Amino acid sequence: MSERIKVALIGNPNTGKSSVFNLLTGLQQKTGNYPGITVEKKEGFCRLTKELSATILDLPGTYSLNASSLDENVVIELLMNRKHKDFPDVAVIVADIENIKRNLLLFTQIKDLGIPSILVVNMSDRMRRKGISLDVEMMEQQLNTKIVLTSTLKKKGIDTLKTQIANYIQLENSSCLDFRDIDPDYFASLQKTFPNQSIYKLWLVITQDVNFANIDRNTIQSTDGDHTRSTSFLKRLQQRETIKRYQFINEVLKKNLQINREQATDFQSRLDRILTHRFWGYVIFFVILLTIFQAIYDWSGYPMDVIDSAFVSMSEWAKSNLPSWFVPKLIAEGIIPGLGGVVIFIPQIAILFVFISILEETGYMSRVVFLMDRVLRKFGLSGKSVVPLISGTACAIPAIMATRNIENWKERLITILVTPFTTCSARLPVYLILIALVIPDTRVLGANLQGLVLMGLYLMGFGMALAGAYVLQLVLKLPHKTAFVVEMPNYRIPILRNIGITVYNKTKSFVLEAGKIILAISILLWVLASNGPSSSFGDADNIVGQEQGLTQIELEQKISAYKLEQSYLGHVGKFIEPAIAPLGYDWKIGIAIVSSFAAREVFVGTLATIYNVGTDEEDTIKNRMADEVHPDGKPVFTLASGMSLMIFYAFAMQCMSTLAIVRKETNSWKWPAIQLVVMTLVAYLAAFATFQVL
Amino acid sequence: MTLAQLNKGEKAVVEDLNTDLVPLKLIEMGCLPGNQIELLQLAPFKDPLFLNVNGAQVAIRKETAEHIQVKRTVE
Repeated sequence: MSERIKVALIGNPNTGKSSVFNLLTGLQQKTGNYPGITVEKKEGFCRLTKELSATILDLPGTYSLNASSLDENVVIELLMNRKHKDFPDVAVIVADIENIKRNLLLFTQIKDLGIPSILVVNMSDRMRRKGISLDVEMMEQQLNTKIVLTSTLKKKGIDTLKTQIANYIQLENSSCLDFRDIDPDYFASLQKTFPNQSIYKLWLVITQDVNFANIDRNTIQSTDGDHTRSTSFLKRLQQRETIKRYQFINEVLKKNLQINREQATDFQSRLDRILTHRFWGYVIFFVILLTIFQAIYDWSGYPMDVIDSAFVSMSEWAKSNLPSWFVPKLIAEGIIPGLGGVVIFIPQIAILFVFISILEETGYMSRVVFLMDRVLRKFGLSGKSVVPLISGTACAIPAIMATRNIENWKERLITILVTPFTTCSARLPVYLILIALVIPDTRVLGANLQGLVLMGLYLMGFGMALAGAYVLQLVLKLPHKTAFVVEMPNYRIPILRNIGITVYNKTKSFVLEAGKIILAISILLWVLASNGPSSSFGDADNIVGQEQGLTQIELEQKISAYKLEQSYLGHVGKFIEPAIAPLGYDWKIGIAIVSSFAAREVFVGTLATIYNVGTDEEDTIKNRMADEVHPDGKPVFTLASGMSLMIFYAFAMQCMSTLAIVRKETNSWKWPAIQLVVMTLVAYLAAFATFQVL
Repeated sequence: MTLAQLNKGEKAVVEDLNTDLVPLKLIEMGCLPGNQIELLQLAPFKDPLFLNVNGAQVAIRKETAEHIQVKRTVE
């Protein structure tokens, strides 16, 4: 048995911490949540030497131990508590060479916690180009640590880092400066009151209101109220602490860091002059969005066709080759078409995630935050709402989690409430199949009309999110205090490996999560569709068989249609038909809508299951839908009913997982309940208007 | 003068700031008395401000910039 140690990766955002993580662990990583909260927890496995391996924990990016968000809180609570099950044996602090001064601030704080630490200086490949040189040995002495230079872009330094981690026993765990100098009397008396506690941890407890061991802020306050005095006093002291730390860092860097400003390129600032330009910045952003949506449509066609026909032939094969008792029939008619409904969207979801992660990796996303802040503030949102709103196009769940770095609660709450209006990837299947059905495949002004309609739906989602935010801003009465500070990282060439890993992980979790629900619902639907309450269900063969002049195929179709109508599922659909008829839907679509309240992407799978029950036709869902007619012979899917259905899906709150996450993030059932009712009402009215007008 | 009154492309030195109203995060990024600030870019309506603070590039809102006293440096 080899020994396993725990390593925590800590660092400012945008230092390449995740790249270091990816290089250390490869694909041996898993993501989960910290217990009780929804902060994403990334863990991976790394073999250091023959005898020693490590669990690497990639902590959320943080600028300092003075937390201003939930994500940062996680870092502090873990590092303060030696009894925590994830408490690291070694802390690896990742800094990048260009922002080393600011990165070292966090480093000096971690050192004060007394955890054995290694400093990683990343992006060392940029040093020569930027004219930077570093006296590593000298700095190691002054910072009381080991320093490893890495370049994640060129994959350099990782082996050295592994060796250093493996030698963790020899690492220093003492502070590199004495922050008590900022007010010796205050800290001396604090230490006197709590003689057995680390003074820095006490200080953090006082300023952060976090707990550790058995001490919380109240204990300190009740033991000696003098130490918690006024907030202003504490804030001034925190500022002095920051100045003190910077003085120390400046001293260290002055001796060891040489920067030749002459060689530094100004390519970055030239790029920013265009990309954040008050006019061209917006034009470029719009063009990028347009490109993304065109790409989702244009590039995914071929792989989707392949997947589609693969599933059709699989289902066909299963139908003709498996025995016809319950389980094989369920597989052939329920599960395979249901799963096909999920797998087919992998190309599009992957393309979307590729773009989103490129925007984030290059540093462009922060520029969008800058450009959009003022505009969005008019709607009660923050520039930082851009990230949730754009990631909402992938999935509302990570998007709502991404609202956490919005410091202002009102702006954050509004963002949470309106994010589900953005077009998530689960709506994509519904849109795609309906667009293909009711919108002609022609070109308008050189652009694909179907692609334009899709983009229109996306814009409508954003528009509705903004409108909703505007109303909420007027209605909600919440205190307003700004703390908007956004780092604008240097532009970087995205690392292909990072994008690959992100896309792989996100797509995988979408498929697994959605797949589970869809599978369960497909089975349920198939059972409900294959059984009926009355005797007429079983007698279908005889009842329909009395009609004269039918060919064998027509007879079979009639029988299966009759069976579906008489099944449990048919009864549910028929029951709600009066409510949805004004929107242009028949009872089969009704069934799909009902089942979609668990998750939207179920829609296509449901129709696939419904239309597949009892038929032997070799056909895709799309063609089956195109052939679908009302009893009077008119097609079910027309421009009016198709558009109405798309509008309904655009606005309705049909995702249980999103409701669950909103409940978690807002800590109350009130907000998800309001979301569910209001959004569904809006959807119904909008769909009604659409159908009646068209 | 306050940081909010600076023009695009100008540099200044931080003189004083209101610790109650300026987020600690900005202070930790190096927005401290004596340090240099350069206004790199302004969004429409002069809000938010895109700054270079002590080597770090950050965006802050005008309402925060109004609480930071600066002295313009003439080159």
